[in-house]
Parts: sequence; C-alpha cells; structure tokens
Amino acid sequence: MLTFRGGVHPPEYKQATEHKPVETLPLPTRVSIPMSQHIGTPSKPVVAKGDVVRTGTLVGEPTGRVSVPTHASVSGTVADVVEQPHPLTAQKTVFVVIDSDGQDTPDEAIGEQDPAALSPEQLVAAIRDAGVVGMGGAAFPTFFKLSPPREKPINTLLINGCECEPFLTADHRVMLEQPAELVEGTGLLARALGVDDVIIGIENNKPDAIEALARAVAGTGIRVQGLKTKYPQGAEKQLIKACLFREVPSGGLPMDVGCVVQNVGTAVAVRDAVRFRRPLYERVTTVTGPGVCDPKNLRVRVGTPVSELIAACGGYNGEPAKLIMGGPMMGIAVPDDTVPVLKGTSGVLVLDPASAAELEDCDCIRCGRCIKVCPMGLAPQRLYYHIRSRRLDDAEREHVMGCIECGCCAFGCPAQIRLVHHFKYAKSEVFARRKKK
Amino acid sequence: MKLTVTASPHLRSGASVQRVMWAVVIALLPAFAGSVWFFGWRALMLVGLSIASAVGFDALSQRLFGRRVTVSDGSAVITGLLLAFNLPPGVPWWIPVVGSAFAVVIVKQFFGGLGHNFVNPALAARAFLMVSWPSHMTSLWLAPRGGTVSGLGLDAVTGATPLGVLKNAAELVGPTGDVPGLLAQAQSWPVIGKLFIGQVGGCLGETSALLLIAGGLFLILFHGIIDWRIPIGYIGTVLLLTLVLPGPKTYLLPYLLYHVFSGGLMLGAFFMATDYVTSPITGKGRWIFAVGCGVLTVVIRLWGGYPEGVSYSILLMNVATPLIDRFTRPRLFGALKKAKA
Repeated sequence: MLTFRGGVHPPEYKQATEHKPVETLPLPTRVSIPMSQHIGTPSKPVVAKGDVVRTGTLVGEPTGRVSVPTHASVSGTVADVVEQPHPLTAQKTVFVVIDSDGQDTPDEAIGEQDPAALSPEQLVAAIRDAGVVGMGGAAFPTFFKLSPPREKPINTLLINGCECEPFLTADHRVMLEQPAELVEGTGLLARALGVDDVIIGIENNKPDAIEALARAVAGTGIRVQGLKTKYPQGAEKQLIKACLFREVPSGGLPMDVGCVVQNVGTAVAVRDAVRFRRPLYERVTTVTGPGVCDPKNLRVRVGTPVSELIAACGGYNGEPAKLIMGGPMMGIAVPDDTVPVLKGTSGVLVLDPASAAELEDCDCIRCGRCIKVCPMGLAPQRLYYHIRSRRLDDAEREHVMGCIECGCCAFGCPAQIRLVHHFKYAKSEVFARRKKK
Repeated sequence: MKLTVTASPHLRSGASVQRVMWAVVIALLPAFAGSVWFFGWRALMLVGLSIASAVGFDALSQRLFGRRVTVSDGSAVITGLLLAFNLPPGVPWWIPVVGSAFAVVIVKQFFGGLGHNFVNPALAARAFLMVSWPSHMTSLWLAPRGGTVSGLGLDAVTGATPLGVLKNAAELVGPTGDVPGLLAQAQSWPVIGKLFIGQVGGCLGETSALLLIAGGLFLILFHGIIDWRIPIGYIGTVLLLTLVLPGPKTYLLPYLLYHVFSGGLMLGAFFMATDYVTSPITGKGRWIFAVGCGVLTVVIRLWGGYPEGVSYSILLMNVATPLIDRFTRPRLFGALKKAKA
C-alpha cells in the first residue's frame, strides 16, 4: 500500500457526515467578503458603498504577481467596504460587505463556452480571472501553480482526494456527487499544464469515492490511486512521495520534481470557471463536531457568516468551547461565529467543552515520538529546545522552515507541548528576518 | 459565547506523561510480586520505604524550589521502585531512604526535574550507595525462597551471586577446590532454570528474568512505550560478545543463558536503559546506545573489578547520550535530492 514515512493515525470521526449528501444553504442576507482569501497579496476593492452587484461580479482586482480577483457571492447592494481583522490571520484586511437582494442574479459575464476552443494560456487566464485558489485549505492561487517557470518542466498532475483531516468529508462528498465535473476539471488542468500523466490520489478509507472516480475516469487516461489511510497523506509532499516515490527537495516546491498538486474541490471549481466562466464564490464545506446538533455537508456562498451554517445544522449542541475553521489537525480556532466562510474553508468544526479540554503541559521527557512521526524528517524536540532558548539560528539550521505544521508531533506528545505553536512563531520570525536581509 | 483560541492541532492522542509512567509501574509489578515471594516481607518493606521516600523527597524538593508539585505523574514512584530493585535484600532500612533522597533531590531536581536529569536517578543512587557503603551493597545477599544465593547446592559458595561464582570460582573453592566442577555445576540446566525464574541471590527486583521479560513485553507490545531496539540491542550484544570472547565456557548454551539471565541484565535492558530522559531520542541513536551498553557490560563482567556491569554501563551510556543524539539526526525529507541538485 502506497504511503510515506512518519505520520499518525488519529481517530477519523467522519461517520457523522460521510454519508450525508451535500445540502445547499439558503442564500445569506448579508455576506462579508475579505479581499485576502488566498496566499499572496490581497485583492483591491473595485466597488464602493451603494454599488449594485450581481452574483459573480468582480469586487476586488488582483494586486500583484501572486494574487487573484475576488467576486461577489450574492446579488445585491454593497453595504460597506471596511477594514477589519482577518478571521484567520487577525491582520487588518479590507472586507466588501454585500446585502443580498435575494434574487441571486448572475453577472452578465457568466455563461457557457466551449473549453475545447481555449488554448492552454486562455485556460490559465480563465482560471485566474475566476479567482480560483486551492480549496484544500492553503488557498494558493491555482493559476500560479499552472504557470511554472520554463526551467521546471511539469510531467505529472496529482489530484488530491485524500482528505486526511479527521471530521472532514466535503471532498469525499464532492468525489461521490460530482465525479464527472471533477474529471472534466482535471482534464482541463492537465491540458493547461500540457501533461499526460494524471493521478487522483484517495485514501483507502473512502472506497466508494475510489470506485466512483474509477468509473468516471474510464477512457480518459487518468489514473485513480488508492493510498494508505494515514495523516497527513493529503499534504502535498507526502502525496507526491506516496504516488510517485519522488521527494520534493527540502525547501523546494512540487514543481522541482515535475509535479503540480490540486485538490478535488479545486478541480471542480476549475471546470465551473472554464466551462461557465463562473467565478469561485461558493464551496462545499463540512460543518461538524460534537458541538453541533446535526452535522452536515453544506454548499455555501463565500462570505456567509459561520453562525448561519451552524443554525442550518440545528444550532449548537450545548455551549460551544472551540470553533475551528478547517479540520482538527491544522484548522485555525476563531474567537466568534461571525467570521465568514472563505474560499479555503474546508470545514467548520465545533468542539464542546469535553472535546476541547486539554491536559496541563509539562517538561519534555524525550520520549522521541515527535521524531518518529514527523513526516518531514525533522526533530521537533530539538527545534522546540532551540526556540525556547531563543536560538532561532539553530532552529533555522535544523530546518524549522521545512515544518508543514501538520501537527503530528503535538498530537502524540505525552507532555502536551504546543510544538506547532512554537514552530509557527519561529517560522514567522525567521521569515521576517530573511525578508529584512 | 466564550471560545478558546489556541494553535493547532486541536486533537490530541490522549498520551500523557502520567500514562507512560504508570504503565511502567504496572509493568514492574510482576517483578515486585516476585521479589516479595522470593525474599519475604523485607522486600515489601524495602520497596515501600524506597517509593515513599522517593515520592516524599520529590514533593518536598519541588516545594522548596518553588516548582509545581508533580508527584502524581508517577516518575518518583518508578525511581523508588527501581532503586529498591537494585538493592541487596539484606540492606538496613536507611539505605533506600538515603538512596531515594540522592536520586530525586540531587540527580533529578537539582538538574531541573523530570526530563532534565542527565543520568538515570535510580542507577546514579545505586552507584552512590555502592561507593559510600560498599559492604552493605555487595554482601548482604539473602537466599530466596526455594533457592540459594548462588543457585548452587554447595555450602562453600553461599554468599556469592551467580555471576560472582563465575568470576571468582577459584577463590570461592579455595586453592585445593574443584574449580572445573564448580563451573560445571553452575552451568547446569537446573541452575539456569532457577536463574530464569528468579530463585537465586541478587538485588531485590533483578533476579527473575521471567517476570521482568513479561513486564518488558507488556510495555513493548501493548503500549509501544519502550523502544524494542534497546532491550534487543543490549541483550543481543551481551549474547554475541559472551559467545565470541573467552570465558569459562564449560557448556556453551548454559553459559550464554547464564550471562543473559543473571546480574540485572533484564532489569537494566527493559527498564533502565529504556528511560526516555537519559537515552537517545532517535531509533538509530538507540541502537548505538544499546550496543554500547552491551559492550560495556561484557567488558566489565569479564575484565572489570565487578562481577556485574549493568548499572555502570547504563550510567556511562547515559552520559554519552547527548553526543549520540548529536550525530544521529533523523533523515530530513528531501535532503538527498538537495545534495544532488
């Protein structure tokens, strides 16, 4: 069974939603759309308070080389363009707030076209103009991955259907419910890159998805590859290692080994973007956890407040203790439920006091589990000592920048040390220093 | 609504230091029960005193140093238990008390508490007791229930532990005695059987290979708490070296088993060399550590001044651990490719 070295086996907790078909959340009355929902420079608002917009109308234009446009997710009136802390990074970000007119009138630009008539360059442009970003969580602009420099030839496209985060089932449902769209989008991505070798990697805890896609890819030359269920199989570099036995060099990118990785949800978004010129303004997300009454997979508009998703799932099950955007291993805890759904929100996880409870931390006992499970071959225990002793140079020399923040180390740490917290801090410090130089 | 905001991950495996420590205590219970069976109420008293004073001194020193009192984590219980297991059954009552104080106050808390001691506290305390009160620590052997100190039926050799017989056979039987006969008897199957079960003289908790192996396997198989590399590497090295190095090998197989089942090797290999804090942190490092322990043990046994070498070899390898860690880093993902590029 194909896999990678290291990793952990957290309980999956997927049974609450894996068999539930995706439901479409009723249109929200108001959406709040941050101009930064992707890695890279934020978009710049091109609308002002009082402007009338339609669903899919451009509201923010890209500002740099690594940037994508942002679009209205409902039709209605711009209620405000306001600076607020970003829901995930807490950095000041411009939000375009739109009051819905309830009509969901599509923008004139949206309409069917024949993808076969488009050149690879036109495909990439269409994907960029639709604001498509990686929907697995990291939200890296998709067009950028499709435009590798000449000296990095790409020969393989990997479509990531691992969904290795516990609790989350959004990708699983997309694979089951939209296999044809997924395969069409995958084909478009392959054509944009000019590659023949295309693999859809899926953890073997989703045999129905493997089967559905195996049927859907018949005759296309795309391969569906089952992978061992182990966290973080869905991490880019671990997926490449498992499927192709290629190891992305330390500090490098998938393109260094001729690969591009895209999430299954992204492939569907690419298909919508190209065939219908429909921008990315909605996504499937899993609302789950012991803190909600009726966990569901929901199709939601970007910018919808999380509170509305919770309400659609029967509300909170008792007093919530923790609200997480994303999965339990890498998701980001947010301070309240007014935060909006973003393009990269793969799940909304609500923990109750019992599941959010944590044991008191103590000093490291050097058990070595963190080293055994680190999929990047780091020594988390050593890095932690360096960082605690303010030896950031040592942490950098021992590759703290290679940390993918998967959380395997902290997951199994018997001393309950917040290893990832320390590594995130060290990475931002080292990054800031490098920038200064 | 009051929400907690902390860094990921938000899911934990449930592993805790407490669980690890108490699992080790559970794994030591068979050998503890064995020691009480073999040596009677003295064993119970010595172990009880040792644990009580280790826990007491731990709590007391944590309070004095202004640290959080964490005795419920079970680590002091293990130290007390292991120290008692390393004492001859006939020692006076104050020995485990003084030993425990040295182990937890000086070796553990003076260096920063659990996780910061650079040598195993119980072994360091044993070494301290050995040099301070050598006669107490090397001669107060008692015959176990159903056995003799040496495991032999000879009156002449009572007072010497099995490895002592092997090492000092000539002195034990005197200038006119039958050395080959004694060695032959020592390496007979009934003696090996007694060694395996634990009906021989020795420190309280080290005599029964059977019960120690049972506890060690529990930790390896059911909880993955100790790394199998250390006991396998350690015992394997001792086996291999006793096989190839010269010795009074009257009968080869019994001789090998004799070395493996006696002298605290099982206790050391399963429960003391595997101490997380004082052994290397990577798999590779643990192999080196284990082989090093094995080599030192055999060297001390065959050529050193002591008949037994387990505790000193582990202590020496404890000291080498930071060095081993330094040269055995895990392989960085993507490292080789980078070198090529």
